[in-house]
Amino acid sequence: MPQERKYPPVGPYLVGREKIREFADAIGATDAAHRDLAEAKARGFPDLVAPPTFPIVVTLASGMQVFEDPELGLDFSRVVHGNQRFRYVRPVFAGDKLTGHCILEGVISRGGSDFVSTRTEVTDHGGELVLTAWAKLVVRGEG
Amino acid sequence: MEIGAQLPERTFRVTRADLIRYAGASGDFNPIHWSDRIATTVGLPGVIGHGMLTMALAGEALAAWLGDTTRIVEYGVTFTNPVLVPDDDAGAEVVIAGQVKRQTDEGLFQVDLTATAAGQKVLGQARALVRG
Repeated sequence: MPQERKYPPVGPYLVGREKIREFADAIGATDAAHRDLAEAKARGFPDLVAPPTFPIVVTLASGMQVFEDPELGLDFSRVVHGNQRFRYVRPVFAGDKLTGHCILEGVISRGGSDFVSTRTEVTDHGGELVLTAWAKLVVRGEG
Repeated sequence: MEIGAQLPERTFRVTRADLIRYAGASGDFNPIHWSDRIATTVGLPGVIGHGMLTMALAGEALAAWLGDTTRIVEYGVTFTNPVLVPDDDAGAEVVIAGQVKRQTDEGLFQVDLTATAAGQKVLGQARALVRG
């Protein structure tokens, strides 16, 4: 697959305070800026701060399009996560309206497995880039 | 921030209940993270933890050490081995360590992290770039 393939944007996803608190609880994150609004504001943030891996909530939704693409015919039930990387322009805050723009960078088949590389650009309601996420997903062969 | 400085080693306990909680919080309901029946059907020994949960735990070890999670500018990992999470009260233990490696051309500090469970490396190339 020589060329990148862009999928339609998914969003906006409204980042809620309780969702940030729920996510912080699930990963045992301790920074008070995830839970305490007064603390977050005292540190100069506009609202509660999301943990660094929180954007997976947004990129998972837009990335699913790759596995629903009939032209590729990938089997999501055989997927394992190969790698993941985030580069932040700024932190994600409660109140952000985020849109995920998923780009399929390539699919390589090797040893019966498919290696799927995606890049997701996450923008805010003003269209400004908030972060970029790269993921490699491996669709394991049946053998 | 000093090159060579080490993060204090942290041990996180992960039980089936933690996987259910993470599934709900993240929206990743892949059944290999909660059903032994389906996990074994696709060739796994049993239920495994979400790779993204392991990544988050290593990120938390770093963020707690930094004292401010927003100092993390970039963070990436490779998932090298699954974390097997048995259906008991003890669950699995994930041990996180890390070290400041160098300063980059953009003035950020590269911190390399390690994560092991049951003596196996579960993250590879786990690396963050942080503001000093």
